[in-house]
Amino acid sequence: MAARKPVRWHIAVFLAPAVLIYTAVMIIPLFGTLLQSLYNKGEGGARVFVGLQNFATLFGDALWSDAFWNALGNNAWFFLIHMLVQNPIGVALAAILSTPRLRMAAFYRTAIFIPTILSFVIVGFVWKLILSPIWGIAPGMLDAVGLKMLFAPWLGKEEYALTALALVSVWQFIGIPMMLIYAALLSIPDEILEAAEMDGITGMSQFWKIKLPLILPSIGIISILTFVGNFNAFDLIYVAQGALAGPDYATDILGTFLYRTFFGFQLQLGDPYMGSAIAGAMFGIILIGVCVYLFGIQTRLRRYQF
Amino acid sequence: MKRTFRVALLTSTLLAGPALAETTLTIESWRNDDLTIWQDTIIPAFEAAHPDIKVVFAPTAPAEYNAVLNSKLSAGSAGDLITCRPFDASLELFNQGHLADLSGLAAMANFSPVAKSAWQTDDGAATFCVPMASVIHGFIYNADAFEALGIAVPTTRDEFFAALDTIKADGTYIPMAMGTNDQWEAATMGYNNIGPNYWKGEEGRLALIKGEQKLTDEGWVAPYAELAKWKDYLGDGFEAQTYPDSQNLFTLGRAAIYPAGSWEISGFNAQAGFKMGAFAPPVAAAGDTCYISDHTDIAIGMNAASPNAEAAKVFLEWVGSPEFAAMYANALPGFFSLNSTPVEMADPLAQEFVSWRGKCQSTIRSTYQILSRGTPNLENETWNASANVIKGTDTPEDAGKRLQEGLASWYEPQK
Repeated sequence: MAARKPVRWHIAVFLAPAVLIYTAVMIIPLFGTLLQSLYNKGEGGARVFVGLQNFATLFGDALWSDAFWNALGNNAWFFLIHMLVQNPIGVALAAILSTPRLRMAAFYRTAIFIPTILSFVIVGFVWKLILSPIWGIAPGMLDAVGLKMLFAPWLGKEEYALTALALVSVWQFIGIPMMLIYAALLSIPDEILEAAEMDGITGMSQFWKIKLPLILPSIGIISILTFVGNFNAFDLIYVAQGALAGPDYATDILGTFLYRTFFGFQLQLGDPYMGSAIAGAMFGIILIGVCVYLFGIQTRLRRYQF
Repeated sequence: MKRTFRVALLTSTLLAGPALAETTLTIESWRNDDLTIWQDTIIPAFEAAHPDIKVVFAPTAPAEYNAVLNSKLSAGSAGDLITCRPFDASLELFNQGHLADLSGLAAMANFSPVAKSAWQTDDGAATFCVPMASVIHGFIYNADAFEALGIAVPTTRDEFFAALDTIKADGTYIPMAMGTNDQWEAATMGYNNIGPNYWKGEEGRLALIKGEQKLTDEGWVAPYAELAKWKDYLGDGFEAQTYPDSQNLFTLGRAAIYPAGSWEISGFNAQAGFKMGAFAPPVAAAGDTCYISDHTDIAIGMNAASPNAEAAKVFLEWVGSPEFAAMYANALPGFFSLNSTPVEMADPLAQEFVSWRGKCQSTIRSTYQILSRGTPNLENETWNASANVIKGTDTPEDAGKRLQEGLASWYEPQK
């Protein structure tokens, strides 16, 4: 008679701390917020269940939907800048850093990564000073090379402010794709590269034909991290432009829109119910984005086992 | 033996504790600029008179104050005394039961109904904060610059723009220090500063609340038209100029005129190395009645959940006394006492500001009472519209039309 399998308690015991903490600080608040978005203030201030009416207001009432689509559009632009600037430059930097002939690679790696560990408050403040038309060094530096006419008070102009802030964010976070890709490049076995050299594939074509296909899964992960990070962004805009996300809401993203609605601003009182609805919409957008990636792209990526 | 002695000693300290206990009161405030004045002047004066009560002044950054305070009150971690914003922000806290009803306080008799109106229920039945101070809008100028350029202090709009033209032509100074990056300066120190002369102060403000005037009327659009003219007199890159930038431009002597609120006085006195003067918003023609924004701005109330209610009431009675009024008005020149007892002030700039109360009609900021209750929020929209008009991205007429549409969308008397 076969002995009964012993109950494997240790699995539950080892999982418990993570599960408990994650439930307490992530899952319960998340569902609490989603639930709250289905309520609103009724007569006399009591909390009443209104179903999806908050979402109907958010998407149907021009006052709310205009602000929401403006914020979503700005968010999309913010994300696009990161995808077009941050990630390609990050990959390029990693490729350069991983060339064995580069001297002082460790120094460059550290220097480029340092902004990532700085607080948003510092980054926002420093860049506001650099770009300030009054005290900033940007106008002076452009003047020194005779390009003063290119200077504009970027953070104060509707047409430039969001792009300028997106580039500041790129400057801050370029280290993350660089590090991840750098690690992926280092993990490519030398035999493969040697085999490629035997076949005459060297230099740039080695990068495009051998290395890039091998690091595609990492680039996918970076893209999804960028997506989630950008659609949750709030800090930099808040620090640099305030909760009203000026000029004329040109830098208003979902995070600042949520903050204004949820906590209120100046004479505007906070509305936790509509705020929760916006938070719910943000959660939905990020969830859809992540699902599209997971099921649409990641499963089709070819992986190579060494 | 030794052990018994120790126990006895411990017990005695434990027992003695409550008898000597001091009540500590914590004040929530957005006036982090005033921290030293509270710590060095106001609190010691109170503690000298009431040695059993200790007071801690714990301010938060102005922009975050409302959000932080709401969260703290909901979580039950807010201080005993709450500095009150005027009108709806505090009314909402009272309606939610976070602020205690202070109508019974003896010191309330020291304040006029107008002074209390910003911290009362709509029917005036309950007053929930003790009024502290109002702020007056106007323009502060660099007197040395005016003298060097031979400019007389302007009283009419024509003189005002002539003065700006003279400063601009001379080129030594930026004519006016203001930026649109933070938006609120454009609305508060721009629109609500010069506006009362156009909408005739209280007359226009109350007519707007009753629905007899609209934001598209001449009196409400014309101030935007004047703001649009300011653009040419602001510094290079004013679009990205922040509020501290503007303050520094003026106090460093690089700008000649600063559209101001009187709360700047103490900071400017400390920073500026030149003589300053102030003038009220210029009127259309000499001899016209002038109107000023004399805005009930700051009061102090009691957290209804405070365990130290008795001590807090003692403090609030003291805040309502003429003694506090005199100390506060002199420690913070530019915050004018709302107490009925007249206060003597030593600061010449503050005297100049307060002298307009005798010459001009006082009003408060147009958006604060009732009109910012709905969505879209009229105050926020006014910030946005004022900044846009100054930058020239919105015409005065369009701005007025947009604000009126927003207000009419939720405010019954305007429909």
